[in-house]
Amino acid sequence: MAVGKEIRGKIASIKNTQKITRAMEMVAASKMRKTKDRMQATRPYSKKISQIINHLAYANPEYKHPFMIKREVKRVGLIVISSDRGLCGGLNANLFRKVLNEMQEWKSKDIEVDICTVGGKAANFFSIINAKVIGQVSKLGDIPHQNDIIGVIKIMLDAYASGEIDELFVVSNEFVNTMTQRPVIEKLLPVVADKDDDSLRGTWDYLYEPGAKEVLDHLLTRYVESMVYQGLVENNACEQAARMVAMKSASDNAGNIIKELQLVYNKARQAAITQEISEIVAGAAAV
Amino acid sequence: MAMTIHVDIVSAEQEVYSGLAEMVFAPAELGEVGIAPRHAPLITKLKPGEVRVKLNDKESLAYYVSGGLLEVQPDVVTVLADTAIRAKDIDEAAALQAKARAEEMLSDKSGKYDYAVAQAELAEAVMQLRTLERLRKRGS
Repeated sequence: MAVGKEIRGKIASIKNTQKITRAMEMVAASKMRKTKDRMQATRPYSKKISQIINHLAYANPEYKHPFMIKREVKRVGLIVISSDRGLCGGLNANLFRKVLNEMQEWKSKDIEVDICTVGGKAANFFSIINAKVIGQVSKLGDIPHQNDIIGVIKIMLDAYASGEIDELFVVSNEFVNTMTQRPVIEKLLPVVADKDDDSLRGTWDYLYEPGAKEVLDHLLTRYVESMVYQGLVENNACEQAARMVAMKSASDNAGNIIKELQLVYNKARQAAITQEISEIVAGAAAV
Repeated sequence: MAMTIHVDIVSAEQEVYSGLAEMVFAPAELGEVGIAPRHAPLITKLKPGEVRVKLNDKESLAYYVSGGLLEVQPDVVTVLADTAIRAKDIDEAAALQAKARAEEMLSDKSGKYDYAVAQAELAEAVMQLRTLERLRKRGS
């Protein structure tokens, strides 16, 4: 019967699409478990090192490291961490919107912005809007290594040390839970205490071995590295979670559409049958 | 009860140890340091070597770290290790192999290898072995 050939074709093609989205959903679910484990494994380190940095900010050091001195802000550095691939809902779009808002605000204060991008999507986006991108790394895969991001961090740290930028931020998605990811902007440099109040400041100082400069150089570099790395693994977990959710809703939508089309198709077929019967009956009656 | 100090040992990959101890020994860059409770605030770099956590007179734990940072607050010691392994878990064969490889690299004067890299690798392997030996002596 030739009834509803187009509809049948459409149903078949949507079924194929649904197969793909369902497979992607399952892949993302298993990857999410792994990336989440990785994120939780590295959390203690970054937590401890930011604790130490916080202690340091409350100390009263004899040697002031350049990374700890507040300067007048004329230009800021941004490290934007995004995913390499799309099809993960509004994850990257939300992040970029947040960055754009901040950039607008900075622009109104005549502050310029330098950007280092991590991940392919950020690289694309910021080259399209003609932002000043000074460093770029992408295709890090599911298991990012710290070595991979040292390059962009070095660019930013050198820029900060030479006075080209006066503040350094890292932007990435925070993993709240599987359903929720939140874009956050975190200030890394200069390192200042949460409450910038001299009265809270201790009168003590650390002993530094071997020397204050050497130790602080090492510590602060490690700090920035571990914070950016933490952002990266967290963003990875976010990406998989967001993809899982997006693909799940895509599969569900495909299911709904198939249901509706099936209904239309059945109706059409039934109408054709009914018409045929009534034609036969009418023909028989006429005889 | 003896005074205790809180000790956290974390590596880049995981939290290794967190708990109270009577004293902590760590391989600082200028020589091994022993941290007792109420120690003055201190930050120092660590060399590859053994971090020992003395829980009480009888028990102590040993960890191998490949370098990192040590922070001391009067009541908290934090060891930020690049990698930290329970000393028992060090794979002796792997350590011996690494040592042999490093020595071979050092003896190869053809300039093919980076001398500094080889030396660092050798130091790390030797420290792993030494940690193991010490642990074994204490055990028997």
